[in-house]
Amino acid sequence: MNIPDSTHPACQRRHQRSPFAIGGEKALEWLIRLSGISAILFVLAIFFFIFREALPVLFSERFSLSQFLFSAEWYPTSSVNVRYGTLALTLGTCAVTALAMVIAVPFGLGGAIYISEFSSPRAREALKITIELLAAIPSVVWGFIGLTMMSKLIVTYTGAPVGVNLLNGGIILALMSVPIIVSIGEDALKAVPDSFREAGIAMGATKWQLVYRVLLPAAKNGLLAAVLLGVGRAVGETMAVLMATGHAVQIPHGILDSVRTLTANVAAELGEAPVGSDHYRVLFLTGVLLFAITFTVNITADFVIRGFKKK
Amino acid sequence: MIFSTSKTNQDHVKTAFAVAISTMLIFVQCGKKTGKDEVERQVIQIKGSDTMVNLAQAWAEAYALVDTAVDVEVSGGGSGVGIAALSKGTIDMASASRNMKKEEIESAERNTGKKPEEFIVGFDALAVYVHKDNPLDMISIDQLDMIFSEKGDITRWSQLGISLPGGENDEIVRVSRQSSSGTYEFFREHVLMNKDFKLGSRDMNGSKEVVELVGSTRSAIGYSGMGYANDQVKMLKVELKIGEPGIAPTVANTQNKSYPLARSLQVYTLGTPEGAIKKYLDWILSAQGQAIVEESGYVPLD
Repeated sequence: MNIPDSTHPACQRRHQRSPFAIGGEKALEWLIRLSGISAILFVLAIFFFIFREALPVLFSERFSLSQFLFSAEWYPTSSVNVRYGTLALTLGTCAVTALAMVIAVPFGLGGAIYISEFSSPRAREALKITIELLAAIPSVVWGFIGLTMMSKLIVTYTGAPVGVNLLNGGIILALMSVPIIVSIGEDALKAVPDSFREAGIAMGATKWQLVYRVLLPAAKNGLLAAVLLGVGRAVGETMAVLMATGHAVQIPHGILDSVRTLTANVAAELGEAPVGSDHYRVLFLTGVLLFAITFTVNITADFVIRGFKKK
Repeated sequence: MIFSTSKTNQDHVKTAFAVAISTMLIFVQCGKKTGKDEVERQVIQIKGSDTMVNLAQAWAEAYALVDTAVDVEVSGGGSGVGIAALSKGTIDMASASRNMKKEEIESAERNTGKKPEEFIVGFDALAVYVHKDNPLDMISIDQLDMIFSEKGDITRWSQLGISLPGGENDEIVRVSRQSSSGTYEFFREHVLMNKDFKLGSRDMNGSKEVVELVGSTRSAIGYSGMGYANDQVKMLKVELKIGEPGIAPTVANTQNKSYPLARSLQVYTLGTPEGAIKKYLDWILSAQGQAIVEESGYVPLD
């Protein structure tokens, strides 16, 4: 090992530290820097990769972008007339997400308000741990619950012919989004300064008036961000919806119809599509579409959170 | 190198050394990992048809007792998935309930330089399933076409002259397969005459799921391999045209080819099989392997 000459003026200034410690520190500093940059690199690389796989089909004569976006006819392997229309799939994704949010937002925000404002410290700890556990359940387990238990309940109570449908997927996704909405919503409510609460109580507000008139308006950005992250979770979820929604390509007319989502479609079909075929590239284009949707949701959430931090 | 301006040259040297040493360490670690080759048991990977996944699993389990030096790993996904994996050369054998297409054979040759070879290992009757309470006994190919194809206009059981017990759900719930399935392609070719499926069918990811969904849904109709029948469902007799005698999907009717939706089950290898793979294939085609075909609910070779 080349140990530097300790008579060198540069070393004499800080001879108390060994050269290994200094070198190690520099290496570590670089490693951490690299980790920080890698997040950006990965996002760019992923975007570059899916776009590169998808791009050639955009210039193919057999493909039209308007059909891709606005036709409900998805026949990727037809032997007479291949059609790549994703409208039914996009609407499937939107419908499942919307239904999930209709269920998850009241429960999520209600949970956040209860934990942050009403519960005793002991109950709060217990609830927070339980909710974190809920967030840790793998999505395939949720899908399994949807496929077996939930579908039977739906058939029994709604009279639907098939239990794997929009309602099933919506409930499962709602259960998956609630923990995210609760934990971020609770953080947002906690970030409201206590002086707000004290002022409200001093003015004679009841607990409910305090929440409704003071805390909700003050934390609205954070709560909105919580909801948007929940939406992002629901849009991107694959396994659970693949198992719970019935996997039928159709524009849903009611909550008891089976649907197929964009993510589930990619998961089910990518394995068979020959690499480099039109079908393969269109599935990657579906990936670009999904990326665009979740990216928009996440960026919106990000801007909202940033607005909320400034306050 | 721009992050610190107060650095001296010697700091650079130190950093370089630290980086060099840690890189070397990483390489040594990697070398250790890859250098340790395990040559204990030979593994044969077989992937593909969902129709055949139970059969392939039964073969693998029985073969473990025959040849203890070989592990057979089985996975499903659909005939298309197995064939795609074989064309990439990532598996040893593909199981398929349909024949390999010309372009798939070409792509396999292009990727691996070997020509896929086909071995017929048994037969299956593609059965049409309804719920056990459904009064229907028999269906014609034309009726199936009108129920499942894009332009077909049968959507209600009453159009077939049937009223379901309870009578509340007259709409036919179509249960189909995902498009990577060989069963899906066989049905499209032989029932729909290559026309497209009507959208809105429940596309299940496995042969067993089809039968299970039909078994739990009174108004459903679906198709799957005969090996998946259970006591919640009924296999319909199939007639080529209305008025002709309906033929049940039985072993005898499949063997004498009178059942209209009989098909062969095959296994593909890359090039002429050798060594352990050849031994395994020979065993599958032997009396012992064929007995397992029958036990799994399919039809052995004559």
